[in-house]
Amino acid sequence: MSPSIVALAIISAIVAVGSFVGFLARFHHTMDLEQWTVGGRGFGLVLVWLLTAGEIYTTFTFLGASGWAYSRGAPVLYILGYMPLMYVVSFYILPPIWEAGRRHRLQTQADFFQVRYGSTLLAALVALVGVVCLIPYLQIQITGLGIIVEIASYGAIHRTPAMFIAFAIVAAFVFVSGVRGVAWASIVKDVLLLFAAVFVGFAVPHLYFGGIGPMFAALARERPAHLVMPGATKDLGHAWYISSVMLTSLGCYMWPQFFAAGFTAKSGRILRRNAVLMPLYGLTMPLMFIVGYCAVLVLPGLSNGDLSLLTLVRKSFPAWFLGMVGGAGALTAMVAAAIQLLTGAMLYAKNLFRPIFAPRMTEPQVETLARIMVLVLTLGAVLSSVYSSLSLVSLLLVGYAGVAQIFPGVVLGLFSRRVTTAGVFAGLAAGLALAAFLMLRGQDPYRGLNAGFIALCLNFAVTGVVSLLTPVRVAGFDEAAPSLAASQSSNGTGLN
Amino acid sequence: MKRPSLGAILLGLIPFVATCFSVSLWDRVYPMVFGLPFNFFWLIAWLLLGPLCMWGAYRLEEPRARDAGREEEGRRQ
Repeated sequence: MSPSIVALAIISAIVAVGSFVGFLARFHHTMDLEQWTVGGRGFGLVLVWLLTAGEIYTTFTFLGASGWAYSRGAPVLYILGYMPLMYVVSFYILPPIWEAGRRHRLQTQADFFQVRYGSTLLAALVALVGVVCLIPYLQIQITGLGIIVEIASYGAIHRTPAMFIAFAIVAAFVFVSGVRGVAWASIVKDVLLLFAAVFVGFAVPHLYFGGIGPMFAALARERPAHLVMPGATKDLGHAWYISSVMLTSLGCYMWPQFFAAGFTAKSGRILRRNAVLMPLYGLTMPLMFIVGYCAVLVLPGLSNGDLSLLTLVRKSFPAWFLGMVGGAGALTAMVAAAIQLLTGAMLYAKNLFRPIFAPRMTEPQVETLARIMVLVLTLGAVLSSVYSSLSLVSLLLVGYAGVAQIFPGVVLGLFSRRVTTAGVFAGLAAGLALAAFLMLRGQDPYRGLNAGFIALCLNFAVTGVVSLLTPVRVAGFDEAAPSLAASQSSNGTGLN
Repeated sequence: MKRPSLGAILLGLIPFVATCFSVSLWDRVYPMVFGLPFNFFWLIAWLLLGPLCMWGAYRLEEPRARDAGREEEGRRQ
């Protein structure tokens, strides 16, 4: 058998096992709308941990982090910098978000804005930002799947058809399983990913240099500039590091799918405990950087840094092992994509389409629309990955620049009684406009600072000033009287 | 919503100072520690030290959250 057939067969087997676990989970629970999205609010510590980990450890970690270590060098350390910090932020904001969610039966991030600020339009804008920013994130998963198939087939299958095949599987997976299925599939992928990352991270430097220490010694001798910022780049220095770490650590839980993960926990206490423990899971992440650093010396001159990990695995190990690593990566991409699709589709149907265009839609109709949106979003992301050439890490940074603009409205909404609906609206609009303006003109980083971070600062300033100038409509969750539960049961959907 | 206590916020600021704002102090190759460049080692160390700070914050916040929960129960009855 040729090595490409061996590798591809093993990848397919892993994907099949993961999907099967997801399908099985479905038969233990009947699904209604609330279950489909928030898993019935009954997940315990272990499952929430796995669900959160499954969402955060994506193709980005696996291929993107090693890719940037290879192509950019030390600026990739911003990923290690923000990882503990995003959990620090979650420690303070997720428990009150959970509390608000429980009291007002919130399902999505936009619901949070709807209830807190009493504005359907603001909620719709937040939903729009969430859905649009999910596209580059989905694109990471699709591109990743494409890379995996391309390398595992030794170039026989091109990336474009591979992406279409992979996402047909993901869409099917989403339709039949929902959150609980994804959680179980994510358990399978967590085990595999951990195994693959630890083995590759130690074995590759050992194979070529006799260990991690000698590898770094060789790199420090031959390419010392690669190991400190700005690495192989001109403009990713210390100011960029600080602004990017701030943007990503504040913005991370603003991704609608992570935000909604706050609703699935059993208690605020579990969320606090997770926030303390989660960075420990990230201890496997540096191994991905090490693989990327190794590739600098072993495989110089790759056209695309994101190919470095798998190319190195293919060069160093037998085909069946490439299949194992590729399978773990493929399953990771599928799980992440499934969660992103579920969140994006739900946000669109429930917080954007229904309130603006069809207020009389019933709950089952919303569900049908959400399912259609799964297909639309998938196709949109596939098409934009076919035409874009950004690196995986750059794609994520684009998404962050947008999604982090939601942060002021969330944090001030939780802890300030003086913030106003008009203030949040104006700040969000200003932040989005500036981020889009700078990025479209190719001015990211701008004067050495992350463009999304500059936009976030403007956003905070505008939110503050406009809030001082406008009257308060809703002063906090305690006063947010017309809760969603009331409006939903009046539709006769019987969510209670 | 109840704001977190000052002590918990200060504990949370420690990892921010150590891994973000102070980058120009530790972004260097030497001295290598355990065979790792210093900046790489420093950030890995904070994957362990960060949770330690937040464990302290957890110890401070958890009793407050429990009290708040009990108060709410009291109001409902």
